[in-house]
Amino acid sequence: MPTLETVQLTKKYGNFTALDHLDLKMEGAKCVGFLGPNGAGKTTTLKLLSDMIYPTEGECYINGIPVKSNRKLALADAGVLIETPEIYPSLTPREALTMIADLRGIPSSERKTRIDEVLEEVKMSEWADQRVGKFSKGMKQRINVAASLVHDPDIIILDEPATGLDPRGMAEIRQIVRGLKKRDRLIFMSSHILQEVTDVCDEVALINKGKLIFYDTLANVTARFADGNYSVDVALSREANKDVAREVETIKNVTSCEILDKNRLRITFKGGPKAQQELLESMVKLHLGMLSFADSAGTLEEVYLSEIERGD
Amino acid sequence: MEIDTLNEEGMKYTTRLKVPGTIQQIPRLARYQISEYLHSKRFIALVAIVVAIGAIFSFIMNYYRSTAITDAVSFYSSSWAGGVTFIIVLSAVFFGGDSIAGEFQNKTGYFLMSAPIRRSTVYVGKFIAAFLSSFVIVLIFLLIMIANGAYYFGENAFPWQLGASLLFSLAYLLAVLGTTFFFSSLFKTSSYGFVLTAILFLIGFSLLQTVVTGFAKTEPWMVISYAQGVIGQVFNSPINWGLSATVSTTKFRTPSGIGTLTTYSPGIAEGILIMLCYFVLTSIAGLFLFEREEFT
Ligand SMILES: Nc1ncnc2c1ncn2[C@@H]1O[C@H](COP(=O)(O)OP(=O)(O)OP(=O)(O)O)[C@@H](O)[C@H]1O
Ligand SMILES: [Mg+2]
Repeated sequence: MPTLETVQLTKKYGNFTALDHLDLKMEGAKCVGFLGPNGAGKTTTLKLLSDMIYPTEGECYINGIPVKSNRKLALADAGVLIETPEIYPSLTPREALTMIADLRGIPSSERKTRIDEVLEEVKMSEWADQRVGKFSKGMKQRINVAASLVHDPDIIILDEPATGLDPRGMAEIRQIVRGLKKRDRLIFMSSHILQEVTDVCDEVALINKGKLIFYDTLANVTARFADGNYSVDVALSREANKDVAREVETIKNVTSCEILDKNRLRITFKGGPKAQQELLESMVKLHLGMLSFADSAGTLEEVYLSEIERGD
Repeated sequence: MEIDTLNEEGMKYTTRLKVPGTIQQIPRLARYQISEYLHSKRFIALVAIVVAIGAIFSFIMNYYRSTAITDAVSFYSSSWAGGVTFIIVLSAVFFGGDSIAGEFQNKTGYFLMSAPIRRSTVYVGKFIAAFLSSFVIVLIFLLIMIANGAYYFGENAFPWQLGASLLFSLAYLLAVLGTTFFFSSLFKTSSYGFVLTAILFLIGFSLLQTVVTGFAKTEPWMVISYAQGVIGQVFNSPINWGLSATVSTTKFRTPSGIGTLTTYSPGIAEGILIMLCYFVLTSIAGLFLFEREEFT
């Protein structure tokens, strides 16, 4: 079972404490979202986990292997993408990935297929043999994502992987991360996009000013905060006006219906998955021209804002 | 594929992929670095410089052929030995000047360091790549010189001294690259490494050598530009193969009386030893610095 663990992990820059005795233990196949405002210490944590920087105090472990004293073994089964690394400009994506595959010991018989697969996954196949030097930021980031996946790792550490990508790129990254969950993997991903976290993560850890605020399942976080209330975002083909909202509010368990924009509603309701299923059925019966029905990032956003505010 | 591995404390872990040993990783990394260097604009610039120097040289040789050239040994002494040290410093600065600092400044180190490799693997791999790439440049210069030699001396164009001198120049290359890499790992800004090594090797060390000989009146054995003299001295006769320097004094007249000028030239073994010491000490220091450096 893949594990990631930090024990009393602390990083100081001079007098400034960027990370303050962080204890975090993640176990098993899941996706953990890592949230926090700018400068909270997310990148610092991920860099410590991958031995890019050294802790002032404490230790971190990948699959139980201490990172600092055994970087090679610890990173053997991990794919890491932190911030936006650069690739030697005169290499092509294929060469850069071959270099990584070579260093990681991927047998030469599997190398080519594997590289073709990851390039396909990040939609860069047609650029495979062009020099990286001329690539745009987003294109490079796709290659970086590919490099972190080339050895099919059990543990994936991603630091705002969607940075620099266009909206379609962001959606594709989300798709890739969701796809990664199909195999038993532990994914630890920092992000500022709450919708992304709501969409793909099972658990969230929130830090602020170098300290852990909470680490729990997404469902618990939203439930605890919302006092048993969940919300979903709904897109309609017709106008989402007051009349529609009033109609939705008559559905059983619905506590409120908020108009987000011209065609979208946020419905808050009480109860668990069963209530959500009934809500969806009732919505269909209302013939509102419903286009989509998805978990809302609204609750997570409220949790996020209130917790951060409490710290300030 | 599941493989059991022992960690350094002897505990057992199961990893799926077997990461190659450090000894295997170094040449793998060096291979891609060489490809990076040989495709770089710097390499093209260096080749252009060497070819230009070679062309100018060939032209001048041809123009003054009757007076300047007597035999192959003295020909290489003034041509090859005169030029190669400059070529070596130039390529070491080009390939090594930002070798380590560039990994931080250009953020390419972040790409490499996500792989399961030791920091020292990156250092050593890059060193080997820079050494071999510089060697290619030195070889191009050598070929131009040999072409000239062959034109003037036919089959007598290959005195053994040339081979020895080439070997010594490689020791010099090791020393210069070692120092360049050391400076490069001292800073996180590429240009510092470039400027510092260029100044040191093109001006600094010879200045130091003059000061030590002229004012301190001792053998400047601690100065690399002094040791590098063996590249040319092997063409002289008799050759001092030893570990101690040849000291010669010349008397000259000054307005106030008779002055003496002492010159030192290193024994071959001495010069090589000094160069290898530079290489070893700077490499140890550079590796030590790089191991502690953080990718912040
Ligand atoms: N090299 C450094 N020297 C001094 N302070 C640093 C250094 N690197 C990071 N910090 C500080 O550590 C704190 C945490 O930074 P970190 O990059 O981990 O934040 P983050 O949570 O990733 O933020 P963001 O969301 O903006 O990426 C910041 O206040 C930052 O200024
Ligand atoms: Mg960050």
